[in-house]
Amino acid sequence: MPFIANTQEQQKQMLAEMGLTMEGLFSDIPKKLLCGKLNIGEGLPEQEVRGVLAELAGKNSIDLTLFLGGGFYDHFIPAAVYSIISRSEFYTAYTPYQPEVSQGTLQAIYEYQSMICRLTGMEVANASLYDGGTAMYEAMMMALRATGRNKVIIDDSVNPIYRVMIESYTKNLKIELVQTHCATGLVDREQILAKLDDGTAAVILQNPNFFGCVDDFSDIAQAAHNKGALLVVSCYPISLGILKTPGSMGADIVTGEGQSLGMPMSFGGPYLGFMATRMEYVRKMPGRIIGRTVDRQGRPCFVMTLQAREQHIRREKATSNICSNEALCALTALVYLSLLGKEGLKETAQLCADKASFAYSRLTAIPGVKPHFKAKWFFNEFVLDLPKEAADVIAKLIEKGFAAGFPLSRYYPDMKNCILVCVTEKRTKQQIGMFAEALESVL
Amino acid sequence: MKLIFEKSVLGRRGVQPTRSDVGTTINIKREFLRDRPAELAEFSELDVVRHFTQLSRCNFGVDTNFYPLGSCTMKYNPKVAERIASYPGFTHLHPLLPQLRGGGMLTQGALAVLYEMDLLLREITGMAGFTMQPMAGAHGELTGIMIMAAYHRDKGNKKTTVLIPDSAHGTNPASAAIAGYKVVSVPSTDKGVMDVSALKRVLNDEVAGLMLTCPNTLGLFDPHIKEICDLIHSVDGLAYYDGANLNAIVGKARPGDFGFDIVHINLHKTFATPHGGGGPGAGPVGVTKKLVDYLPVSIVVKRGDGTYALEYDRPKSIGYIAPFYGNFAVILRAYVYILMLGSQGLVRVAENSVLNANYIRVKLRDYFESAVDVICKHECVFSPSKKMLEAGIHAIDVAKALIDRGFHPPTVYFPGTVKEAMMIEPTETESKETLDAFIEAMKDIAALSEREPEKIKAAPVTTPVCRPDETAAAKNLDLAYL
Repeated sequence: MPFIANTQEQQKQMLAEMGLTMEGLFSDIPKKLLCGKLNIGEGLPEQEVRGVLAELAGKNSIDLTLFLGGGFYDHFIPAAVYSIISRSEFYTAYTPYQPEVSQGTLQAIYEYQSMICRLTGMEVANASLYDGGTAMYEAMMMALRATGRNKVIIDDSVNPIYRVMIESYTKNLKIELVQTHCATGLVDREQILAKLDDGTAAVILQNPNFFGCVDDFSDIAQAAHNKGALLVVSCYPISLGILKTPGSMGADIVTGEGQSLGMPMSFGGPYLGFMATRMEYVRKMPGRIIGRTVDRQGRPCFVMTLQAREQHIRREKATSNICSNEALCALTALVYLSLLGKEGLKETAQLCADKASFAYSRLTAIPGVKPHFKAKWFFNEFVLDLPKEAADVIAKLIEKGFAAGFPLSRYYPDMKNCILVCVTEKRTKQQIGMFAEALESVL
Repeated sequence: MKLIFEKSVLGRRGVQPTRSDVGTTINIKREFLRDRPAELAEFSELDVVRHFTQLSRCNFGVDTNFYPLGSCTMKYNPKVAERIASYPGFTHLHPLLPQLRGGGMLTQGALAVLYEMDLLLREITGMAGFTMQPMAGAHGELTGIMIMAAYHRDKGNKKTTVLIPDSAHGTNPASAAIAGYKVVSVPSTDKGVMDVSALKRVLNDEVAGLMLTCPNTLGLFDPHIKEICDLIHSVDGLAYYDGANLNAIVGKARPGDFGFDIVHINLHKTFATPHGGGGPGAGPVGVTKKLVDYLPVSIVVKRGDGTYALEYDRPKSIGYIAPFYGNFAVILRAYVYILMLGSQGLVRVAENSVLNANYIRVKLRDYFESAVDVICKHECVFSPSKKMLEAGIHAIDVAKALIDRGFHPPTVYFPGTVKEAMMIEPTETESKETLDAFIEAMKDIAALSEREPEKIKAAPVTTPVCRPDETAAAKNLDLAYL
């Protein structure tokens, strides 16, 4: 039997030594609760299972040229990333409960926390959450705890996938969710100010927002703080290679999807939710946190700390129910950022912005194709108005080998002809040119 | 070891981003840009590789040696699953493709994996339908309790509490509380299983449901499991099965047959996907027929023509709990594992995990204090013997002494219902030789504890650090190098 070490002979020997039988070992389960043979087929040897899965992998179209983003991106991943995270000392370990045999994981997560702080301009980060959406939900819950209030304002330029997740999570809770509408591509200050009051726990925004537009929320942070509310900002970590940090804008909690930092798209996961905040809120933060300390002999080392916030100690009074997080993905992000380094990340972000800007000029030169928003500053995604329904155009372009972008009508019903186009550093000038030609040909 | 930031050398370059072929045409106004680049470390590629190789050598994984961390099911993670999860046909698949018109046809292979996995898990657990979305066990718990809440809301039931045994994992009460319920704890008997008469005392119409781990955290299968589920149903409550310990009964018995309504499975435990140093995991949730409509959006369906599609139109659904289809690459690995084991293989998994746990229980019971010395399932729980405690040796000392003998310690100080608990889960992938060596090490520790307890107190001496000061860590917070 695969992966089972004891031979039949050894099993017999062990049972004999205990004076038990295999049947006896299961005698505590009432007989009528035992099931018969499962109808799941016979086991397959490695060679066959690889054949089966290779065939399934072959049924996925991976040769499309991607201009599809929407919060999940096709970035270049250096070979060394995979090589390092494939070390089984990392991936076959578990939560570092025993620090003496887990200094590798612990130090790496401490470095990851530091890296996230440096990237976002914040003071403290946790060891990771599941993904950008659950991170935003956890940030919202954290803001409710920190302020003792129950109203949350969220702009509709925040990733709609995250907004529907937050709606699901809060259905059974007494939370007032207020949505503001983004009409120009930038957050409407007047609407936010009108909704902000003494009962507001948090304002949740995103930069660059779902439409790709770049903003500076310093004024909103100020306004929120004046009312005693927190500003939560979700961000795209690659963009922070060049963009102003949420920390410098005055954000109180920063979250985001870390997939762009060296993780493949893998049809939706595993990804990486990151979260950072200011020291004053550290005890309200959910998730594991690694701290530096010293051992018996005064040697510097790392441990899980502030565990009194967590479910295994506090049970129903914990800040969150999270236990397993995305540690290996956090390691991936750290390795990716280390390989790129300070200049490399900046250059990558710059390349994304440059190429997107080039594509924008090229695509808006097509007759009938216009920018949708008044706001003209974007990072690597932008919204175009097409002369036809976007979903149709995208379907036609799939046949020509392009995933042209995201049809916004899926979440914004009045944006029928709008397409969200994404350009990463992986796209070439030639691909952009071919894409423009293909788009023109189907309009 | 020095931090990566301390090794950084100004101006050194690692991986070079691609060359620009478009010129600097960036379209962002200056005020929106950061003043100076993020202070990341600056390295050559070799520096990075060496730094992390050195860090990895300070870690202990399943591949290193025996890792009997109770309740975590640290079994061998097959390499073939790693290989398959790295096929470009899976890694290079954008999750939004199915949301494009006709896009579902671009991802048929991935949808097939999700659909087939759903069918396999239904058969293994006796449930009627699954969501693959939860990204860890605790996330599955929250999803399950949200389904419970949706069911009661839909039926107009006024329910306020969730019952949880005192021996449960901390995630259970935390998940119930986060979903908006009050938690009521149910005590265990001195035999280590749920006290049914105590359950009857706290059972009333306010009870939304019960969360139960079975086998429980003492490794015991509750003989009254069916009666317990029936009792919960008598007040229109739902019985929730925490699948953390499914490994002990997989292929032999099914929670659906016990009377459970909602089940979560930790794929990273029972189905052998790597624990990653603390994740990513996956915690699919299965439900009985009456709850299928409440499962999250979307689910994969198979159409008449044999193609797969995502179903979004689910009016009673609790909604979206993950951005897409869960931790796909983790689900894929677990799928590979189940295909390789097949029905017979899974039975052998349960049998050998239980055989190995009982072997340790019997071999160590004369040297350590058994929490309950009866047939256990996948794990057994001990405390240090009276003599050891008198010599000042605690569970933590045994744990540290095991490290010096080349083993990862068991889970210690859990479950909280046992003083000085040491929870040992060997799993089926370990051989008799490994177990014998571990048993010898434990006996050696027991003997040395009485003879030279200071040697045990000094452990571990073979690791780069020894007993970090956790109090200082929480007091003098140093959480980032800035």
